[in-house]
Amino acid sequence: MLKIDREACIGCGICEDTCTFGAIEVVDGCAVVNEKCTLCGSCVDVCEAGALAIERAEKSSQADLGAWKGVWVYAESRNGRLAQVAFELLGAGRRLADDLGVELAAVLIGANIRHQADELVAHGADRVYVADHPALADFTDECYSRVLSALIREHKPEIVLAGATAIGRSFIPHVASEMGTGLTADCTALEIRAEDRTLLQTRPAFGGNVMATIECPHTRPQMATVRPRVMKALVPDAGRAGQVVEVQPASGALESRVRVVNSVVEEQEQVNICEADFVVAGGRGLDNAEGFKLVRELARELGGVVAASRAAVDSGWIGYPHQVGQTGKTVCPKVYIACGISGAIQHVVGMQSADTIIAINRDPAAPIFDVATYGVVGDLFEILPRLTEKLKGGKST
Amino acid sequence: MKILVCVKQVPDAKDVRLDPKTNTLAREGVQSIMNPYDRHAVEAAVRLKEAHGGTVTVLSMGPPQAAEVLREAVSCGADEAVLVSDRAFAGADTWATTYTLAGAVRKLGGFDLVLCGKQAIDGDTAQVGPGLAWRLGIPYVTCVRRIEGCENGLLRAQRLMDDGYDEIEVELPALLTVVKEINEPRIPSLKGKMKAKKLEIATLSAADIGAEPQCIGLAGSTTQVVRVFAPQMTGGKTMITGTVDEIVDQLAAKLEALR
Repeated sequence: MLKIDREACIGCGICEDTCTFGAIEVVDGCAVVNEKCTLCGSCVDVCEAGALAIERAEKSSQADLGAWKGVWVYAESRNGRLAQVAFELLGAGRRLADDLGVELAAVLIGANIRHQADELVAHGADRVYVADHPALADFTDECYSRVLSALIREHKPEIVLAGATAIGRSFIPHVASEMGTGLTADCTALEIRAEDRTLLQTRPAFGGNVMATIECPHTRPQMATVRPRVMKALVPDAGRAGQVVEVQPASGALESRVRVVNSVVEEQEQVNICEADFVVAGGRGLDNAEGFKLVRELARELGGVVAASRAAVDSGWIGYPHQVGQTGKTVCPKVYIACGISGAIQHVVGMQSADTIIAINRDPAAPIFDVATYGVVGDLFEILPRLTEKLKGGKST
Repeated sequence: MKILVCVKQVPDAKDVRLDPKTNTLAREGVQSIMNPYDRHAVEAAVRLKEAHGGTVTVLSMGPPQAAEVLREAVSCGADEAVLVSDRAFAGADTWATTYTLAGAVRKLGGFDLVLCGKQAIDGDTAQVGPGLAWRLGIPYVTCVRRIEGCENGLLRAQRLMDDGYDEIEVELPALLTVVKEINEPRIPSLKGKMKAKKLEIATLSAADIGAEPQCIGLAGSTTQVVRVFAPQMTGGKTMITGTVDEIVDQLAAKLEALR
C-alpha cells in the first residue's frame, strides 16, 4: 500500500503530475491516494520531500536465486513444423545468454519431432531437450505444462521464454503457476540489467498506449512470452555444434482431462499476413466492405496480402484473421500501405516495425502520419485505382 | 449447471493515452467499462443456463465501483453477483489475482464451469484464466470460439489456434476463456435492468476469503513494474503532395523501387 507521511508532505503536487493513473492528488496541502493506485512507484521516485513510500512485506526470496542458470526457449512445433517464433526466440535468447555468459537451450515437445532439433541448433541453441512421444502429438495444456515444468525443476534455468502464440499464451501461465514464479505476457523487448543479472521485460499495456518494463525479483525462473515478429532470428549455421538430449516424460505427465478430437487447419490467404513482403491494409476510411476491393486489387498487383484495422474488422467488412494490431497480428513486411487507417495506437503497435510505411488518409491530422515513411493526404478512392493501374502499366513497358 | 463468470472493470483502452511530455495518462473522457471479452463470457454462460438449466454467478475483483459491471452482467441474465474487494488487493499481478479469485471461488463453491474472457484489455495478459484453473486444480481451455454441447460431465468446444481451430472435449468442472467470435452479447432487457438495480451485491474482503496477507496485492505479486513510459513513435515521414496524378506517379516510383 502507498504510505503518505502527512508531516513530511509539502503539498507540492509533483506526485500528482507524475502519476500515470490519476491515483494521487493534493487535497488541503497534502497528497491523498485513491483506489486507482497500481503501486507502480513512480510518485515515490519523484517525491523530493521523501513523504511517499510503498510498504512491502519483507519478501522471502527463493532460497538461492544463484542456483538457477541458463536461458531456455520453448520451441513451438505444430503439424510437423517449427513455428517461426521459435527461431526469433533463439535469436533473442542467444543475445541474453551471451550477456549472462550462460548456455542457451531449446525445449521441443511433440510427436515425431526429433529431427527438428538440428534446425534449432543451427539457429543458436547449445542444447535441445526433446520430449518426443505419441501422446504429445496434440497440444494439451496439462501434458505440455507437466513436461516443461518437470524439465525446469530438474535443470533450473534462470530464464524461460516462449512465443506469445495461441499455444504459448495458453500453457505457459500454467507452467509459471507450477513453478510459483512470475510471468510477463507478450513482451516486445528483453534485456539484462548487468548489475544483478535481472531480466527486464518490456511490454505494451492499455491497448499499446503505455509501455511497461517488468521484473521478477524474488523467484526463478524469470518467464516471459514474446510477441511474434518482433525479435530477429539469427542466420542459420548448419555447422553449429549442439547437444540433443532426449527426455522420457513420466507416465503420469501424459494424462489429460482435455482431449483433442480433431485439429482443423484453415487454409486461408490471411494466415500469411505475417509473412508477406507487401501488406496493403484498409481501415474505416474505406467506408464499407466494397471499399476493400480497391485494397485487394492493389495487394494483388504488388503480390502482397490484405490486412485491416480493428475498426474495419469490427464493422464486419473483413474477417478477424486479417486484423493487425494489439489484439490482432503483428506484421513486419518490407512495405505496409495503410489506406484510410487513422493510426490508433492499438493498430500501430502491430505494424510499426515495417521497413517502409506508406499512409494514405483524408485527414491531415491522422496519427498514422506520425509513423509513416511516406504520407499522402488525399482521397484513396481516387488514388488507389490509379496507383494499381499505374503499377500494371509499369510492368508491361 | 452451476456456472461462474469472472468479469473485470477496465478503462476503455482505446481512450487511454500517455502524454510523452508529462508521462501522465490523458484522463478526460476515459470511461470505465466491462472488459469486452467478459461480456461474451457472460452471454455464453446465460445461453448454457437457458439450454441446460442452472444458475449464473458473476464474480469481480476490484474497487467498490466495480459493482457497476456486476450489475450490467445481471441485467444481461446473470442471477447472482459477488464482489471481492479490499484495499489490500491493490498492486496485484496475475499471480496474486488468481490467488484472490481462487479464494473467492472456493468460498462460493460448487461450480461446474468457470468462464472468463480471453484477456482484459487493460493488461492484455491472458494469464488469469489459466492461472485460476491451476489454483482450482481444474482443466481449462483457452480462446474458445464455440461451445458445441455439454452432456455426461463432458463439454465439447472449439478453441481458436493460430492456424485454424481444435475440436476438444473437456471434463467438468473446467474453466474456459472465450473469444469474441463465440456469440453476440444481448442488450439488457428492461426486466434485467430492474433486477440489476435492486440486486444486493455480496462483498467479500481479504479476511472473508481467508487470504494470507503475504499472498495478496503487491506483497503477493511475483512481478514488479520497474518503469512506465509512452511508446516511441518512429516515423521520419515525408509527405507526398501534388495533383492526384503526381501523387500516383511518385507512389508508383517508390513501390517499383521497393519491389
